[in-house]
Amino acid sequence: MRATHELTLPVPTPGTNVAFDVDRVRKDFPLLRQQVHGKPLVYLDNAATSQKPQVVIDTLTRYYAEENSNVHRGVHFLSERATEAHEAARANVRRFLNAADTREVIFVRGATEGINLVAQSYGRTHIKPGDEIIISWMEHHSNIVPWQMLCEDKGAVLRVIPINDDGEVLLDEYERLLTPRTKFVALVHVSNALGTINPVKQMIEMAHRQRVPVLLDGAQAVAHLPVDVQELDCDFYVFSGHKVLGPTGIGILYGKADFLERMPPYQGGGDMILSVTFEKTRYNTLPYKFEAGTPHIAGVVGLGAAIDYLQGIGLDRIAAYEQGLLAYGTDVLSAIPGLRLIGTARGKAGVLSFVLEGIHAHDIGTVLDQQGVAIRAGHHCAMPVMQRFGVPATARASLAFYNTRGELDALGRAIRKAIELFS
Amino acid sequence: MSDLRDLYQEVILDHNRRPRNFQKLEGANRTAEGYNPLCGDQITVYLRLEDDVVTGVSFQGSGCAISKASASMMTAALKGKTAAEAATLFKAFHAMVTADLGATFDPLELGKLAAFAGVHEFPIRVKCATLPWHTLRAALEGGQETVSTE
Repeated sequence: MRATHELTLPVPTPGTNVAFDVDRVRKDFPLLRQQVHGKPLVYLDNAATSQKPQVVIDTLTRYYAEENSNVHRGVHFLSERATEAHEAARANVRRFLNAADTREVIFVRGATEGINLVAQSYGRTHIKPGDEIIISWMEHHSNIVPWQMLCEDKGAVLRVIPINDDGEVLLDEYERLLTPRTKFVALVHVSNALGTINPVKQMIEMAHRQRVPVLLDGAQAVAHLPVDVQELDCDFYVFSGHKVLGPTGIGILYGKADFLERMPPYQGGGDMILSVTFEKTRYNTLPYKFEAGTPHIAGVVGLGAAIDYLQGIGLDRIAAYEQGLLAYGTDVLSAIPGLRLIGTARGKAGVLSFVLEGIHAHDIGTVLDQQGVAIRAGHHCAMPVMQRFGVPATARASLAFYNTRGELDALGRAIRKAIELFS
Repeated sequence: MSDLRDLYQEVILDHNRRPRNFQKLEGANRTAEGYNPLCGDQITVYLRLEDDVVTGVSFQGSGCAISKASASMMTAALKGKTAAEAATLFKAFHAMVTADLGATFDPLELGKLAAFAGVHEFPIRVKCATLPWHTLRAALEGGQETVSTE
């Protein structure tokens, strides 16, 4: 069965794909220089987390060495400086996503917390018994479980859009699932287990025709293709900083101001209030209403630096380079006898998920690791995807713009060694 | 590949390719399920215990080479053992794969199972090797709940 949507491959702007110098880019990432088990590290686990350029590491160090102070409180010099750096990063993120207003950019711990915030704050006030929430079959557990918890709490029903054997959502099935009972749609932008780039713009239009809001999980998208939330017209968008060259523990929830204004706070505490008495608390305005407690200030400024670095290279060029790498890697893997690629959608980001006949993913992972090749083996926190393809686990090589064709050759050689060992 | 051969000894590769006692056991009076949520390994151990002696043992399931070979070799080692002897063997096996220096065991007692000694150099794979044994213990104790390595 073929999915019927239009192709939405990232297409580079003409003239932007000149001489992508990967050797130069690699010099910015100190971790990539090391050896593992006596072999040069080949880091192909970027969907789990990305490596950090020196500028992000330096920014964190400088923050703690020179600027550390609490934000939005002190009248002293350092506090003003920290607040300035914190809010400058918010402006960075706004530009990065092309959000209309910095008030729409909320700092959270990661994509997971962003989704939970929406499920708890929007969901608990808007979802009623018998309502339906739609997700897709290729969601990460983080975009399944929060909605299941909400459904259980509210007596609502979770509906799942099926996918075909290539790992593409079936839009006609989605159309059938969209009914007057549908009250929310939560979709992954790019699948972490399959690499599929979903036709999210079209899927948002379809939901909006029924006046249903849509959240996009962009954890695997923002480091690999340009994202414009106004152009997509999504109502919520979440991503994690650590997958986009930034620190762990910081992430973004974008929400349209209309929605965020109407939503109750997620957590109570300092910073999210205007005034507190024992009788009545007045909540702060956006975005602070959703940011209780001292934020992860270092993480925020680190994320700002990561975004600056990425934009310095340009997402168009990154997407174009990674598409070339993906095509090359697909050829390398397809030439290996007994190897089956899981996830062969027409629109894909740099994820190569595969199984080998007669060799468990975990064993592949161990053998590759001994060759210095770091991949992920397992269910990738997407167990329904594994069930859909009838495999307990897959091995997954996931790419970043600092990877090279030579590294994909090393991946191919290491896989052949695994086959040799287990034959 | 010498390091890999420490882990994937020839006897382990052989039991992975051709697992012994890899079927449901007719007349089993104890069964237990084991599951490793981290990697999705899943195993069912079937046991026939008569007068406290293991007169039949088999397994089914899916998993990596280490867990499959461990289950296969475990079933081969258990036949004819008393429940107490099986428990002692598990202790010795566990001490070996976790390199627990505090535990005392006789390496000779482990016999062919000594092939798993290399597992301790791969800490993340210890659970693969011990899942069948944890499941066996649950079967011996007669519990019905799924055993988890987590």
